[in-house]
Amino acid sequence: MNDVIIRTEGLKKHYVLGAETVRAVRGVDLVIRRGEFVAIMGPSGSGKSTFMNMVGCLDTPTEGRYWLNGQLVSELSDDQLARVRNKEIGFVFQTFNLLPRATALHNVELPLIYAGVGARERRRRAHEKLDLVGLGDRVDHRPPEMSGGQRQRVAIARALVNDPALLLADEPTGNLDSVTSEQTIVLVTHEHDIAAHARRQVHLKDGIIEQDFTNNKVETPVP
Amino acid sequence: MLVYEIMMVAMAAIRANVLRSVLTTLGIIIGVAAVIAMVALGEGAQVRVEQQIQRMGTNVLTIRPGQQYFGGIGRGDTQMSVDDAVALRDDSNGTLEVAPEITSRIQITYARWNTNTQVFGTWPEYFEIYDHKLQAGRFFNQGEVQGRRRVAILGYNIPENLGGQDPAALVGQTIQLRGVPFQVIGVLEEKGDAAWIRPDDQVFIPISTAQYRVFGGRDRINAIYASTATPELLNQAYGEIDRILRRQHRIRPGEEADFNIRNSADLLETFNETNQTFTLLLAGIAGISLLVGGIGIMNIMLVSVTERTREIGVRKALGATRRAIMFQFLIESLSLCVLGGLLGVGAGIGGASLLTRLQQWDTVVAPESIVMALGFSAAVGLFFGLWPAQRAARLDPIVALRYE
Ligand SMILES: Nc1ncnc2c1ncn2[C@@H]1O[C@H](COP(=O)(O)OP(=O)(O)O)[C@@H](O)[C@H]1O
Ligand SMILES: [Mg+2]
Repeated sequence: MNDVIIRTEGLKKHYVLGAETVRAVRGVDLVIRRGEFVAIMGPSGSGKSTFMNMVGCLDTPTEGRYWLNGQLVSELSDDQLARVRNKEIGFVFQTFNLLPRATALHNVELPLIYAGVGARERRRRAHEKLDLVGLGDRVDHRPPEMSGGQRQRVAIARALVNDPALLLADEPTGNLDSVTSEQTIVLVTHEHDIAAHARRQVHLKDGIIEQDFTNNKVETPVP
Repeated sequence: MLVYEIMMVAMAAIRANVLRSVLTTLGIIIGVAAVIAMVALGEGAQVRVEQQIQRMGTNVLTIRPGQQYFGGIGRGDTQMSVDDAVALRDDSNGTLEVAPEITSRIQITYARWNTNTQVFGTWPEYFEIYDHKLQAGRFFNQGEVQGRRRVAILGYNIPENLGGQDPAALVGQTIQLRGVPFQVIGVLEEKGDAAWIRPDDQVFIPISTAQYRVFGGRDRINAIYASTATPELLNQAYGEIDRILRRQHRIRPGEEADFNIRNSADLLETFNETNQTFTLLLAGIAGISLLVGGIGIMNIMLVSVTERTREIGVRKALGATRRAIMFQFLIESLSLCVLGGLLGVGAGIGGASLLTRLQQWDTVVAPESIVMALGFSAAVGLFFGLWPAQRAARLDPIVALRYE
């Protein structure tokens, strides 16, 4: 049981907008083991991002429980959550959320700053991850000077820089498996060719799991 | 190390908006400038008072006739005469150096030059009391006082005012005081001003000569000066003078005296009140400016927090704790205020030297006041930056990330 990294029980998220209540996530029970590669799929508005934000410890569920590494997340304080986001989770946002005025290098360094890593070590590790995503020659560029694909690669480098155990990505447009090693990966995608890299697919519809299956014949990318 | 990173972020935010930052800190600039100028004025006044007391003599008492009230009815101005000075000199057993003074502003003439100046009739002891030194000639003596001789000693500026004469050459020459011829027997060294007293512009003659040959038979004198050997003896001298003059004027103990005795510090007290008013005004400006400046800082920090909501969201999502975010914005407002404080110190020093140049007010910019003013602005930055920083720190990461 101790190889379970994510465990949710009846996870719900409701948004109250005036008289109307939007039930974005309506009760998700999910167990993900260490080292799994899971694709979350489903139509637009099915609650994929909402679910990911809760798994990423950014958002709090309206109801239900969530354990990360066996720790009940609702019991954690604000600062403990910040620590978890910093050390244990790498999040690639759909809109990347890079700091527009900062260079690629500085953007990638950010998690290390809050982890208290010294300047030299920080720069070394940020360079290493930028090299890994193929942006070794773009370290001094700022996000507005980069293409969408390049920005996403900066976001991926930033998510990986603290070597988190869990990598979450909301609708990445490219492959992640060329840059990851032994992380547990959960990604949201519409695209079947991206999902095809995942052994397991979880289909959401209207905020609940519609299908959850493990695909045995994983297509390995042709080099 | 994290502190350094956070400071760099705060400085970058200020640098990104230089004009806005400077405008925002205007209140702080003015407030700090007012504090600096105010303290400089206060210091200056203090230094000047001490200088003046020094020049007016730390061991000198001034006795002037005062009003005497008897059963609620004023008897009008009372008199003080040379006899009082004689009594003080003779009855104080040599503990007091005494000189009476009678004075008037009159016209003095030498050859074709003339000038209007303050003429003092006094005793030779006057020069001892005020420690006057001669650059040429000699002082007059008691014999010349007794003989009502027409001899004059000129203050340092007088030869200059009489057509730029050579002081030494003027000794032995005849000048006219209100048409009465006098022989110049001495010229004093430069003394410098002390409050309203300008000894360098004065002419000194024997008091008897002044009373009967120049001022037209005046018995009433303006003041008596008495000095003791050391400042420590002043208190004792008060009692001595009071006792002798009460006897002279036949005032019983318990009755109010018709004269008053002041030391140099007492005399200067009223003279320096003008600056105190101005100091209060500056203190008011400083207080209001710092308050308004602080509110300005708070406002701009709130704007900054709002503008950077997404940035805060990103930082929190990547692991920034509340404390780290709070610290970032506090450092930003602190830096803004200290920057304003530094500009204010510059403006304050400029303002102080302007006051000196335009108003002739003495100012001394004390290093402590710079430290104090910077401390003040830092305190304003922390105080008024606290609420915006707290707001930033408490932002919910997901809400902040969604902020458009
Ligand atoms: N902050 C919000 N306030 C109100 N409704 C929201 C909010 N975020 C998401 N929703 C709603 O919740 C539902 C699920 O949204 P989302 O999780 O973004 O779906 P997906 O990522 O699968 O497209 C949608 O109907 C959306 O309109
Ligand atoms: Mg989505």
